[in-house]
Amino acid sequence: MTDDAREAVGDYQFGFHDPEHSTIRFDKGLSEQVVRDISELKNEPAWMTDIRVKAYHHFMERDMPDWGNCGSLNEINFDNVTYFLRSSNATENDWDDVPEDIKNTFNRLGIPEAEQKWLGGVTAQYESEAVYHSIREDLESQGVLFLDMDSGLKTHPEIVKKYFGTVVPHTDNKFSALNTAVWSGGSFIYVPKGVHVTMPVQAYFRINAKNMGQFERTLIIADEDSSIHYVEGCTAPTYSTDSLHSAVVELIAMKGAKIRYSTIQNWSANVFNLVTKRGVAHENATIEWVDGNIGSKLTMKYPAVLLKGEGAHAEVISVAYAGKGQHQDAGAKVHHLAPNTTSNILSKSISKNGGRSSYRGMLQVTPKAHGCRSKIVCDALMLDSDSRSDTYPTMEVGNSTADLEHEASVSKVSGDQLFYLMSRGFSEEEAMGLIVNGFFEPFTRELPMEYAVELNKLLELEMEGSIG
Amino acid sequence: MAEEILRIEDLHVSVEGTPILNGMDLVIQRGEVHVIMGRNGAGKSTLASVIMGHPAYEITQGAIYYKGQALEELSVFQRARAGIFLSFQYPAVIPGVQVGTFLKKSVQSVRDEPLKGRAFRKELNEAMDALEMQKGVLSRYVNDGFSGGEKKRLEILQMLLLRPQLALLDETDSGLDIDALRIVAKGINQVAPSAGCLIITHYQRLLDHVSPDFVHVMIDGRIVKSGGPELALKLEDQGYDWLETSPEGNA
Repeated sequence: MTDDAREAVGDYQFGFHDPEHSTIRFDKGLSEQVVRDISELKNEPAWMTDIRVKAYHHFMERDMPDWGNCGSLNEINFDNVTYFLRSSNATENDWDDVPEDIKNTFNRLGIPEAEQKWLGGVTAQYESEAVYHSIREDLESQGVLFLDMDSGLKTHPEIVKKYFGTVVPHTDNKFSALNTAVWSGGSFIYVPKGVHVTMPVQAYFRINAKNMGQFERTLIIADEDSSIHYVEGCTAPTYSTDSLHSAVVELIAMKGAKIRYSTIQNWSANVFNLVTKRGVAHENATIEWVDGNIGSKLTMKYPAVLLKGEGAHAEVISVAYAGKGQHQDAGAKVHHLAPNTTSNILSKSISKNGGRSSYRGMLQVTPKAHGCRSKIVCDALMLDSDSRSDTYPTMEVGNSTADLEHEASVSKVSGDQLFYLMSRGFSEEEAMGLIVNGFFEPFTRELPMEYAVELNKLLELEMEGSIG
Repeated sequence: MAEEILRIEDLHVSVEGTPILNGMDLVIQRGEVHVIMGRNGAGKSTLASVIMGHPAYEITQGAIYYKGQALEELSVFQRARAGIFLSFQYPAVIPGVQVGTFLKKSVQSVRDEPLKGRAFRKELNEAMDALEMQKGVLSRYVNDGFSGGEKKRLEILQMLLLRPQLALLDETDSGLDIDALRIVAKGINQVAPSAGCLIITHYQRLLDHVSPDFVHVMIDGRIVKSGGPELALKLEDQGYDWLETSPEGNA
């Protein structure tokens, strides 16, 4: 990072980056040719090239969203984004073959190799593609496919073709169109019938090149009566110019299957994080989104579940932390499309130093979906009076048998709490850190332990030196 | 040999311009137990909060010295780290923070030496056993959904672990049944020999279990009468009226 850049963004703990380790890098800007070149470079089948090109044209024609933080959205300069960059020539299978400077980056992020012992598999996305990818033997022997998306397309094109874009079509929104046009990397997972993956599988994503757009595409299919927990975590280096992150995640939970997708994103304060996450839950299936958003300039993300089969269940637990100059526009969308479907939504947000957090939620119950239950709880904690918190809930209820609860609260840290904690030896910053960690606890306890520890540590760092 | 822990000299304190303490004097030596009694609104809780450093209270005159040092120079957490402890009448709820984590971090903050996991666990177990507390408390959130008695026991547990040199107990006995009262008293008696204790209470009954060296009566923000344990018995019997009619009374 240059001194100018450091000055522009301030010191950021994870703001280091390695020398760009790239062999192929496209010029900035987007055109149909760029889209075709990406597809050709990857040796993709023609049908994928066609989808990309269609999506590209839709992206060009589609207007920017006219809701959310439009002012901030319109700052994105699409001509100043690199749409493809490959960091090493081949996808790695063995940790020993991963280039040293890339390993260093992960080490400095504090990702211990020991974690791999109990994590089901590790795929670490560096730049645009996975350079490291391993699957534990027990996963392989169960027939579970866990690949980066590019490899998934190469080796299992029939599965990808069947499901790609069925949950999040490219016409869904401008950014899903962009992702479909230029996607690279992400994960592809297929869990066969009746297989329960007992340990969480995880991937790390990073943005490590200036103005590098990252457009990963993830597709997870859990076949009947199977289950899987997928975890992704992000920490990004800091740059002085804006970065764009626009991912698409599609989940398909067949009859009786369960998918949990956990995310902690800690983008640096110049990243636009515009992600479309959606899952379909068939009969008696469960989809759970556990979604943590820290950092970024603007995040717009509303993990969604389509409850398509009778008895399906959705769970969306999200937290957002908005610091100075940041806007977290996050929430959840649940569509009850079948009878006796149930959902729980818990959203917790913190804003500090003028940060803004918004809850934007959609709950839909169709006329035919009888006997549905849903509970929505939104809690906002404001750490000072400069900060802002808004709630934009939408409910469309098509029948009278639905049982719906909605609770919302906005609170401030109380003087009594601070005095009590300080009388127990905690400095004001430490006391704030405890209160904030406590506020997020219903989310944190859902995470694998090392993520929970990392999140608590990050929040404590956020509280340091900024009180007053 | 006597060692001065707390000295309060001509203390005047206001909250948002309203005077609460009006010329308070008090000296506590190490090993002494002082009891302050008085009606609601006499300024008893204010006194405890001011010693701990609550930001809402303004000292308009006089000073508080802790082991010879003017307390004004120290922030709340520095006072805690220096050995001052306040058992709250209404302890705050900290949602999402587990008691076990909270205790460990608190003890780490207050003690100078690094905390050894196994030794701390042993100390914690012993203290909880002494206070007849269930270990399940450790995984609950701090004071969240606690009964009055549970809150007070947790306060006393913290006092034992933080090993204060000045222990301020603000109506710790209020609302306790007789068993809880006995347990709380046990905790106080454990800390008392090596500390200065200031107990604020409405009731004589705690004094069946804790032997005070001095009993003081506060009216309108200052001490109007001091004596031994017999004073508490007399207050229990006769109330405060006899003191009000004769503020400098010699009864």
